[in-house]
This record gives sequence, C-alpha cells and structure tokens, in this order.
Amino acid sequence: MNRQLKFSEAIREATDQAMGRDPSVYIVGLGVPDPKGIFGTTLGLLEKYGTTRVQDMPLSENALTGVALGSALVGMRPIITHQRVDFALVAMEQMVNQAAKWHYMFGGKAKVPMVVRMIIGRGWGQGPQHSQSLQAWFAHIPGLKVVMPTTAYDAKGLLAAAIEDDNPVIFIEHRWLHNISDDVPEEYYTVPLGKARIMCEGSDVTIIGTSYMALESLRAAEYLRDAEVSAEVIDLRTIRPWDVETVLASVRKTGRLVVTDTATTAFGVSAEISATVLEREFDSMKAAPVRIALPDYPCPTSPALSNDFYPRARHIVFEVKKMMGQELVADMLEDPLGQRLDVPDSSFKGPF
Amino acid sequence: MLRIRIVENAIAESYGEQEMRCPVHLSIGQEAAEAGACAALERRDYVLSGHRSHGHYLAKGGNLKAMMAEIYGKATGCAGGKGGSMHLVDLEAGFLGAAPIVGSTIPIAAGVAFATQMRNEDRVVMVFLGDGATETGVFYESVNFAALKHLPIVFLVENNFYSVYSPMNVRQKGVNRIVDIARAHGMEAHQADGNDLDIVYQLSRQAVTKARTGGGPSLLEFITYRWREHCGPGYDNDIGYRTEDEFFSWKERDPVVAYEKKLIANGVVGQHEMDLIARDLKQEVDAAIVYAKQSPWPDLNTLPSQVYAS
Repeated sequence: MNRQLKFSEAIREATDQAMGRDPSVYIVGLGVPDPKGIFGTTLGLLEKYGTTRVQDMPLSENALTGVALGSALVGMRPIITHQRVDFALVAMEQMVNQAAKWHYMFGGKAKVPMVVRMIIGRGWGQGPQHSQSLQAWFAHIPGLKVVMPTTAYDAKGLLAAAIEDDNPVIFIEHRWLHNISDDVPEEYYTVPLGKARIMCEGSDVTIIGTSYMALESLRAAEYLRDAEVSAEVIDLRTIRPWDVETVLASVRKTGRLVVTDTATTAFGVSAEISATVLEREFDSMKAAPVRIALPDYPCPTSPALSNDFYPRARHIVFEVKKMMGQELVADMLEDPLGQRLDVPDSSFKGPF
Repeated sequence: MLRIRIVENAIAESYGEQEMRCPVHLSIGQEAAEAGACAALERRDYVLSGHRSHGHYLAKGGNLKAMMAEIYGKATGCAGGKGGSMHLVDLEAGFLGAAPIVGSTIPIAAGVAFATQMRNEDRVVMVFLGDGATETGVFYESVNFAALKHLPIVFLVENNFYSVYSPMNVRQKGVNRIVDIARAHGMEAHQADGNDLDIVYQLSRQAVTKARTGGGPSLLEFITYRWREHCGPGYDNDIGYRTEDEFFSWKERDPVVAYEKKLIANGVVGQHEMDLIARDLKQEVDAAIVYAKQSPWPDLNTLPSQVYAS
C-alpha cells in the first residue's frame, strides 16, 4: 500500500522539503512555531530550520505581507500564513496594489516569489468572519495566482510548485480537507499550477469543483451513477490561471455543466467559468449551466442556521437530475435525522 | 542637490508641452533632505520611496536618462513605460522601487532589511516617507517590526507639513509626534532642519552607520517644505490652503542657495565654478529630455507581457 498522509501533513512535508532544498525559503505567520503549528502544517519546522527561517509575527498582517514582498524582491522565497482567509483581508493593500503589480509596473525588473497561505473555516460556528471563501477576489487581480488544492497529493505538489513559482501565489486551504488522507509520495514533487484534474470521467454532465466542493462533487457523481447518469468531475485545483482547455474539452463531450464552488455564487468563480463556457462552447451545450455555491448572505453561526447555508452532494445530485430531466424525489434534499452537518466527520471536535 | 533642483525645474518647464503624460510630484525645496540622506549610503545599500521620488532616485544614483524616458512613457524608460514618474526603479543603483500608495513601501523596505539581516549582508535600507505616511497603519506596524527585529533600516521622514492640501493640524497632534512614535518603540529618533544639508548628512551618516554595525533601526524626521503644488508643475499659493507669506519664508531658506553660499564662503568653490557646474548639469538634463523625446514608444507587444514572471 502506498504511503498515506493527511492533507495537513502533506502541506508540512512540502514546506519542509522546499526549505531543505532552497535556503531562501522561509515561513512566517501568526502561530507558525506554536504548539498547534497551524493545524499541524508547520509542526517540527522550527526545530529543524531554526528561528530565522521559521518565525512567528506581530499581529500586523498588512505590514508583514509587505515584509514578505520586500524580502522576495531581493531573492528570498517567503511563505506567509493566515489561519483564516478573513484575517488576510487587512493585507489586501499589499497583496493587490503591491505584490500583484511589482513585476508589471517596473517593466519586469522586480520579481515577487511569495506564497500567501490562507485557510477557509467551515462549521462548528465559524460564523461570518471565520468562514469566507474569497478566491474570486484574488483571482480578479492580474499578477496574482490562486491555488486551491483538494487532495493531500495535490496539496503537497501544488504548494511545492507555488513556492518555486516566481510570482505571488495565494494558496487557499479548506479546513475540512486538513484531516483527509491520500496517497502522497515521500519524494519531492510538484504539481503544475494552472492544470485541472479529472477526478472521474463521465459523458453526461461535467461537474467542476473547487477545493472541498470537488469532494462533494465526487460524492454526487457516485449517487448519480446509481441513477445511471455518467458525471465527469473536474477538480479545478488552480483558480488563476484556470485550466480553460480541460473544462471546454469536457463540456464538448458532455454538453452539460455544473459548477460548484466554496464561495458566494454571485460574481464568483462559478460565474467566470459558466460565462467562459457559454462564450466559447455555446453550440455544444444541451442545457443551461448551473452554479451551486453559497447563498447571498454571510455565514451564520448557529448550526440550526448554517446547516442550510452550505450546499452538499445531494444538492448537486438534485440539480443534475433536474438538468437531465429525471424524476425528482421530494425528500431528497433532506438529511437523515441526527446527522451533524457542522463537522466534516466524527473526528472533528472543534473548536476551530 | 543642485542636480535634483535643475532636473525638477526642467520637468516643471517642459510639463506644459503635454508630452509628459503622467502625474509628477516635484520635490523642489526638499533637496537637502534627499541628497544629504542618500550621501550617507553606499551604492550597495537600498532605497525605496513613495510618490515624490525623483530626488531620491537621483540621489541614490539612478539613471537620469532612464528616469526622463519613463516620465515620457518611452520604451527606454526605467520601467519600460509601465510605471511612469511614480514607479521609478534602478536596481543597479540600489533604488528598488517607488509606489504612490502612501505608506505602502515602508513595510516593503522593512522586508528588504529583513532579508539583508537573514543573509547577514552588509547592506542598509533607507525608506523615504512623508509626514502623511506616518499616519498609516503600516507605518506603526513597520516601526514595531523593525524595532522588534533590530533591522538595518533608516526611516527617513521628510515633513513638509502638507498631505496634498491638508495641513498638519487636521491630521496630527503634537510637534514631536513622529519621533515620539519611533521612540515609543525603543527606536532612536531625531528631528532636525531638513534644509540644512550638513545636518541631514551628519544625522543620516550616524543612523546608517548604526544600522550597518548592528545597532538597529533609526527614524529621522527632517523638517522641510515643498515649493510647488502637490502634483504638477505649478505653484499653488493662490488657492488658499497655505499663505504666500509662508511660502516666501521657506523660499528664503532655500537649501540649494544656502549650501552654495556656504561652499563659496568657506572657499570650497567660487561663484564662477558653481555657475559652470550648474551649466553642465543643465546641459545633462536637457540632453536627457532630448533622449526621452527621441526614444521610441513601447511596443504594443509589451502591453500584456510581464504580468507574471517566468
């Protein structure tokens, strides 16, 4: 059996191996060297690489993003971590006005190889300010790259590729993926940015997923198989630049598109993908595309409310069946009594 | 100092031709702070700046022709026409860049110093900022970080009393506020006359030497005055946000004239020699403007390029 690693351990291993290979790589972030080690993703790095290359920081996210940028200008390869996407928002100025622009606005003279890790919270009452998925914000900015791995294998390879990349890369991890294991080779490897992965092949409908929603899409494809619908599931993996050709090729084959995303539907990644597909493959389409993402309000805290906030596999199944003209069962959107929807699985005991 | 004055005057004179099609922020009146501070640096040291950066770029040894061509939006510009006056860069001279979002280059400069420290390099970083930038969040954050990490950096504040048209009394409280912020973080800080070249140089030299020898960061606040409008080539004493009397009182304290007088009085140079130097500098600047005007426009192929480094 191949070696299994959790997503969080894969992040740790990619960081460790990148630091081992390249002395210009360093990591800084609130809690990086603390006993919890950013959900385990930075554990042991301090002991191995010392206090110069593994640093905690003052609660100055904007300045420290500038610090990372400045160090990158003169040859370092910083990784800066934020335990939530929401915490990184005070650093938007440095990421959007500065990091994204320095290569272009200085005519190619400046290079900003830096990785900004952010984590999307979900469930256990993360609420309005610990749960946001803002990949579309970052993807809207020329000069930034945006990566959202789903599997532990990709988490390791994409993080290694992001660290090797000579541009600012926003690396977004979903908290509900951290404990999920996958085959992860021990040796150093990279997964190229900008390439989607076909998780399962199918011929009736293309379901695109980002991050955790790629897993829900995969679950939906299993249910759909019972209903004799052949779904092709694509894990987008990189939001910017996104793999247009893989998506278009799939839609040419299936003629149907469902895009699932961890973010608010409006103005989101699912809108960009749907629009591009309609612009370029309108004649291949057998049905209008469907977007399955978050509703147009902030995430509430109480489980009684947040249970209905997040779409799951059954919502995808429902939409695909509707699209295929299949009979819809009235209670298929109801979850079994007693099932907790605010945790990814029984191993998650909170608090964040 | 004289060279910066002559360059900035030449830009002001040519701006009306409408061929420099970008905002310019001239630093006429502030040259002593710029030249005196950069004179304390070695070529290998780094400088970053904000929107009013022509003087810093030139004082650090930035290429004049490339600067003029950049202001004219030409392919030969230091940023290939993508940056303009507000985004000067000359890596060979150690001028790492300038950006007009007030305060934003302060943490970036701290990051350069952080890298320098991590690699144990013999380099000092100087970041130029104005009084307005000391009101931004990243200023406090960066001062704290630099003090915490004992970074080899000098925060060089040119206090010219106005953020665009907004005077100090609607923005800040207390005449020692800027140096006090640095001191509150355990950082050495001095406030001094920014129009006195010798004082600027001496304090800068001390701060740079301290940073270079492991003594950590310093903040220097130099009091000075911008003669021209915030942005553009003209004077704006008539629009009502400052008085003409105030302007003339500062013009009497012209740092360039004052230093010329000092050099002549001390017998370092004669008036005739000064005139020759000024003439040569004017010729150099005129040639740079001709070079910029005659340079080709950037190729349209460069428009979508350099979004990402490869």
